[in-house]
Amino acid sequence: MSELSRPVSGVEGPARDDELSLIFMCCHPALDINARVPLTLRSVCGLTTSAIATVFLVPEATMAQRLVRAKRKIRDARIPFRIPPKDALPARLHDVLRVVYLVYTEGHRVSQGPELVRADLCEQAIRLARVLHELLPDEPEATGLLALLLLTDARRPGRVDDQGHIVLLADQDRSRWNRAQIEAGSALVEAALAQRKPGTYQLQAAIAALHSTAPSSHETDWREIAAVYGELIRHEPSPVVEANRAVAVAMAEGPAAGLVILDTLRANPQMDRWPQLHMARADLLERLDRRRDAAEAYRLALQLEPPEVEREFIARRLRGITR
Amino acid sequence: MRYLCLVYPTEEFGPTAEQARAFLGFRASAQQAGVYLDAGRLQPADTATTLRDHAGEYVLTDGPFAEIKEQLGGYVVLDCADLDEAVAWVAKLPGVRDGAVEIRPLMELRA
Repeated sequence: MSELSRPVSGVEGPARDDELSLIFMCCHPALDINARVPLTLRSVCGLTTSAIATVFLVPEATMAQRLVRAKRKIRDARIPFRIPPKDALPARLHDVLRVVYLVYTEGHRVSQGPELVRADLCEQAIRLARVLHELLPDEPEATGLLALLLLTDARRPGRVDDQGHIVLLADQDRSRWNRAQIEAGSALVEAALAQRKPGTYQLQAAIAALHSTAPSSHETDWREIAAVYGELIRHEPSPVVEANRAVAVAMAEGPAAGLVILDTLRANPQMDRWPQLHMARADLLERLDRRRDAAEAYRLALQLEPPEVEREFIARRLRGITR
Repeated sequence: MRYLCLVYPTEEFGPTAEQARAFLGFRASAQQAGVYLDAGRLQPADTATTLRDHAGEYVLTDGPFAEIKEQLGGYVVLDCADLDEAVAWVAKLPGVRDGAVEIRPLMELRA
């Protein structure tokens, strides 16, 4: 049995049921959404309040208050410590998977905060996803989430260079990716999809698997990735997913085809204020050799105050064009 | 634990004969399950009178305490093991389609 498919920390039976009950309690939809992730980190993962406050960029006292309020509601409104009955399970599981996903993205986000704490969040999220997958093997979305986290995490060593700069997927050193973890994740997503109950995590995992198993960016099956994004939109109709599809379409059919989709998305005011949209447009414009338009798009992205690491990335690209 | 469930229908709500029958059905099953304590429908908000205490002096005004679009239409008091059980019963309550129900635990008074 490989390291990755080994049961978690040898805990079995009633202890595992208790942990699952605790997860469902901390992720209860009657709790404030902003309290569920911190409460799960505190009560299930055992992180300190001060570490959690660091992750969420709030003062420790603020986080302590949020946790106290959530615990008081659990006690006074009597939110149960229990695995939900079968008929309520799919909906409740959805809430839990979302919290676990958010724990991971908090850790994965390239932003301020001590690296050690953030790596710990990624590990905790994977551990929780594994618990959910092992206890609820007939719920393919739980398997899908575990696969997604393993596949994303496997690429973590390639995401940032030695100076702490973001490296684009196309430019990443793929030998730094964790092969064993990619294999484990790919096998899980296949097993999940075989149950023929697709969902947002399984589809995102399928996309991650296509990226992770490709030898290079230009040898990636972009047509298939664009198709899976199309399927994902049916489960999660969001302009951000559509923007990702546009990037895949650009790789499969050429930058002009992707640009048409991205430009259409600008009609949505919220999307037009999203720096990443303009970064993606700039990249396609550059590839079409429309350098003036590309520079304009990069400047627009900068005006929208993207996170520090991205600001630095855009500035570098901008220097490259205007030189 | 006792939960007071405050029902806020979105618009003028019957009761039609059919809605009344549906409520009686709900009450019968909640009683049989041993969770039903009380319920009531309120007359429309324009029948309300609000009493305010100003330093020991009572002042009466016409109308509900707060003028909001959604007015309280009724209530149900349930005795349930936990919030999930209360939610499951409230979800079966007839006449709340497109409306909302606020579920509030009652404090247990200890003598």
